[in-house]
Amino acid sequence: MRDTPETNPEATGPAPGGGVAVPGLEAWFVEEVLPLEAALMHFLRRSGQHAHEIADLRQEVYLRVCEAAKTKIPHPVRPFLFTVARNVLIDQMRRNRVIPIDAVAELEALDIATDVPGPDRSAMARSDLRRLRAALDELPPRCREVLILRRIEGLSRREIASRLGITDKTVTQYLASGVRTLANLLYAGSEAGRRRG
Amino acid sequence: MSDAKRAISANADEIEEIAAHWIGRRDRDDWSAKDQEELDAWLAQDMTHSIAFWRLNAAWQRTERLTAFRPSTVGAGSFFDRARPALLRSAAAVVGAALLGAGALYWLHPTQHRYTTTHGTREIVSLSDGSQIELNTDSSMRVSATRGERMVWLDRGEAYFQVKHDAAHPFRVLVAGHQVTDLGTKFSIRTGARKTVITLTEGSARLDDADGAQAHAITLKPGDVAVATADSVSVTKLPLHVLNDRLGWLRGVLVFDNTTLADAAAQFNRYSDRKLIVVGDAADLRIDGTFPANDTAAFAVIAGHILHLHAKDDGTEIVISR
Repeated sequence: MRDTPETNPEATGPAPGGGVAVPGLEAWFVEEVLPLEAALMHFLRRSGQHAHEIADLRQEVYLRVCEAAKTKIPHPVRPFLFTVARNVLIDQMRRNRVIPIDAVAELEALDIATDVPGPDRSAMARSDLRRLRAALDELPPRCREVLILRRIEGLSRREIASRLGITDKTVTQYLASGVRTLANLLYAGSEAGRRRG
Repeated sequence: MSDAKRAISANADEIEEIAAHWIGRRDRDDWSAKDQEELDAWLAQDMTHSIAFWRLNAAWQRTERLTAFRPSTVGAGSFFDRARPALLRSAAAVVGAALLGAGALYWLHPTQHRYTTTHGTREIVSLSDGSQIELNTDSSMRVSATRGERMVWLDRGEAYFQVKHDAAHPFRVLVAGHQVTDLGTKFSIRTGARKTVITLTEGSARLDDADGAQAHAITLKPGDVAVATADSVSVTKLPLHVLNDRLGWLRGVLVFDNTTLADAAAQFNRYSDRKLIVVGDAADLRIDGTFPANDTAAFAVIAGHILHLHAKDDGTEIVISR
């Protein structure tokens, strides 16, 4: 039914079943929620949870936010996202039964500055290229090379494979790991927690 | 910490890995409807699958032919220094070539001809190979068409190229440190103080550094508009009717679509010594329409009439104001 997933940003949400039934949910998530990821990650990292749990916590926050958005798109999204994030952390601490003394109370009091407006859209657009460039710069060399050849220079996969002397399967692997790192750098901020702008 | 009671599933990493693999796979040329069905099924399995995929797909799409990174003039430690080790290694060779180039310029291009247009004139240059270059107002170029190569240096202004493609004799345009190589093409180039705009209407062409290092070439397709500055290139795509409007000068007209009077005046002023000056907030008013490029006075009268403005013509300049 949908044959051009790459050009239509909304084409990847399957209609029936346990997945997504709301048209535009992907576009909303990408445009409204993803830009807040750096702030969300900062909040989650500060919460005292183990580093290896952060990705799972983020997944849970996104899941709850998107489930809620299926019935009604929350607006404004920023305070909603952080309220969900706080609830996820509270649930996590309760389930773990290793609640540090006063952790929940601290969490309640945590200043999440929900009234601080996010970066303005035009400023984001201006810094977009710079961020992309910086992010590409940080990829492992081979990933960067494959991603640039394919996405920016538009070489065919066959050309890339023969130029670099690798198989098509390896091209897939480099693209996959490249796009993962890129998403982390672009949305989560660098994995070392450095801020970039 | 893998307590059975935790509400939060500990598989985000695994899901992201699968989602990333789908993105890498989907990029394949032989991606089929059946593959898409499989992907859709995986996405439908769980909301977390969709979310992970959206997130990675957003990063993936941002890289799409957005920018070509070029050697920065600042340069040290930049992306390019590492991406182009071959270039650095051949630095000595480049210096040698540059020394040769300085002295050799004259006798290497014995058939070089210069064409220059003044305000308000256009010139069509037909080359012996069947290619044609239309030089717009206030522009200057040098053409060298020998048996071995076809070279154009666009030194100033704007030109439209209709190139007879010949793989054995590539057609190159050098402009402001960039190089455009024809791959069977019609394209226009306009060069200004800070940026050069290459608009491709038919076929394809390759955009590259003037030194011909092809490591970071971009291939332009119809509808692509590349904006090149000293250290960056960005490519956007425009609908064909917008491109045709922009190339209105080939028909001797300027086409405006929601264009500010200030922009319109600047465009007219390229074509005429009789300057159009828009004063005050009249500059922000917008106008549509097709106007003869060589008749600034007519435009001033019409714009004044439509937008209820005063146009004062003293013979050398026309001042439009509220």
